[in-house]
Amino acid sequence: MPTPTESHSPAPAEAGTPVIEFTDVEKRFGDNVVLKDLNFSVARGERVTLIGPSGSGKTTILRLVMTLEELTGGYIHIDGEPLTHEQRGGKRVPVSKKQQKKLRTRIGMVFQQFNLFPNMTVLENIIEAPVHVLGQSKQEAVQKAKSLLEQVGLPDKADAHPTSLSGGQQQRVAIARALAMDPEILLLDEVTSALDPEVVGDVLNILREVADTTNVTMLIVTHEMGFARDVSHKVMMFDGGRVVEEGHPETIFTAPEHERTQKFLGAVLGH
Amino acid sequence: MEFFEDWPGYLDVAINWSDRLLEGLWTTIQLTIFGGLLAFVVAVVLGLIAGSPRAWLRVPARIIIELFRGVSLVVLLFWLMFVLPQIWMRADGLPFEGLVYNTFLLGVMALGINYGAYGAEAVRASMTTVPKGQWEATTALSMSWPHKMRRVIFPQAWALMLPSLTNLWVHLLKGSAIAYIMPFVSDFTAELNQLRRPTDIWFSHAFIGLVVYFILALIITLFMQALEARAKNKLGRGPSLLEILSPAPKPVTAGGAR
Repeated sequence: MPTPTESHSPAPAEAGTPVIEFTDVEKRFGDNVVLKDLNFSVARGERVTLIGPSGSGKTTILRLVMTLEELTGGYIHIDGEPLTHEQRGGKRVPVSKKQQKKLRTRIGMVFQQFNLFPNMTVLENIIEAPVHVLGQSKQEAVQKAKSLLEQVGLPDKADAHPTSLSGGQQQRVAIARALAMDPEILLLDEVTSALDPEVVGDVLNILREVADTTNVTMLIVTHEMGFARDVSHKVMMFDGGRVVEEGHPETIFTAPEHERTQKFLGAVLGH
Repeated sequence: MEFFEDWPGYLDVAINWSDRLLEGLWTTIQLTIFGGLLAFVVAVVLGLIAGSPRAWLRVPARIIIELFRGVSLVVLLFWLMFVLPQIWMRADGLPFEGLVYNTFLLGVMALGINYGAYGAEAVRASMTTVPKGQWEATTALSMSWPHKMRRVIFPQAWALMLPSLTNLWVHLLKGSAIAYIMPFVSDFTAELNQLRRPTDIWFSHAFIGLVVYFILALIITLFMQALEARAKNKLGRGPSLLEILSPAPKPVTAGGAR
């Protein structure tokens, strides 16, 4: 049961197959090793925030899960199934496109720069993939899109063009677009970093509500420490492509053990 | 001026020849439209393949593009008109016999392939200028390659490639004048060559030819500019065609008065 001091639901029990599992993950760009020997797992419904200085590899982790970057070593499993590579006969071999696509439809992502399609209206942006990728009927998709627009506070913008919207509004549409796919996993990549300070709160409140009302697993990269503290079950501190420290948000934010975490939080929280 | 002394007489000659001139003009228009359409299809197909991340698709497309960009139109036409039929003449019973002797169709093909190879570069390059974030968003929504191309990437690249395609189409119009070397095809330039005999080259080519080709090029440019305005408007940039064409005066904006 949630207590008054803890607005979010309790962490899901660490039972069953993890939704996301990283095994010995390594990512390098040429000679530059960004992630090394990374092992962690995320349980169903768990919300994990990745913090750390820029260049520490947080965003790369989200991009690997979304298959926007090629995995150069190790394995990522989604619901226990290999996302990019699997071990077969002692060798690391790529999985089929079909398998990757099947798993990818369970993952949604919201980007720092929104990335709405400028050649479509707001409504078309939201229903495009549900209709043409998931095969929903247009009527069903429109109905869902309208309720999502209501949820993100933009019920009157269905026929607007993305370019006519403010940054905050565009990001809210982008959240609706990602949710329209009913993802099991939602990746949030610095979703408020490109926004005016006064609209950051609106976008975060929408995401808080999503966290409170759904069971979607979230992997979050953010510089909004208050938000991270409110919604996450676990916080992982990254530096130099490795996990420095991880734990419950209360512990990490109030009594971090590691010196690197203390220094980082001191800098971003301004004390 | 002495130079223009005979021109009133020439004008009568040209009016007498108007049937033939119009016929030639019609051939030129057909070559430009059909050649342009074929060039567009070739450009999109080759341009998409040349932009593929898969080498076994990309490399052959690049070879075809470079080959047909490098071969001059006259040489290409010569091969199609005079060398290709030799093969069919020597070996009996080869397929496409009707096509090989249809010089108009061969002319359309030469124009389509030659300018299509140039257009492929415009198509490929415009795809690469669609922001990376758009491609990533299509991946995040699990769109298949044909789906993302048709619905997201191409519509955005379209606005970017149109200025290049306009240039190429105007070039193709003028390139179609090379059709005068083609047997059995009398385009506008071929008819101007005939008109030159009773008049002179200044009147036929430098006056009638100049004006007519200029007007044709202008029509193409205006048509393509309308397409471009429409494409930009669909991306949420710039006014709609209706707004551009509406006669209502624009309100004077502040600062514009000075």
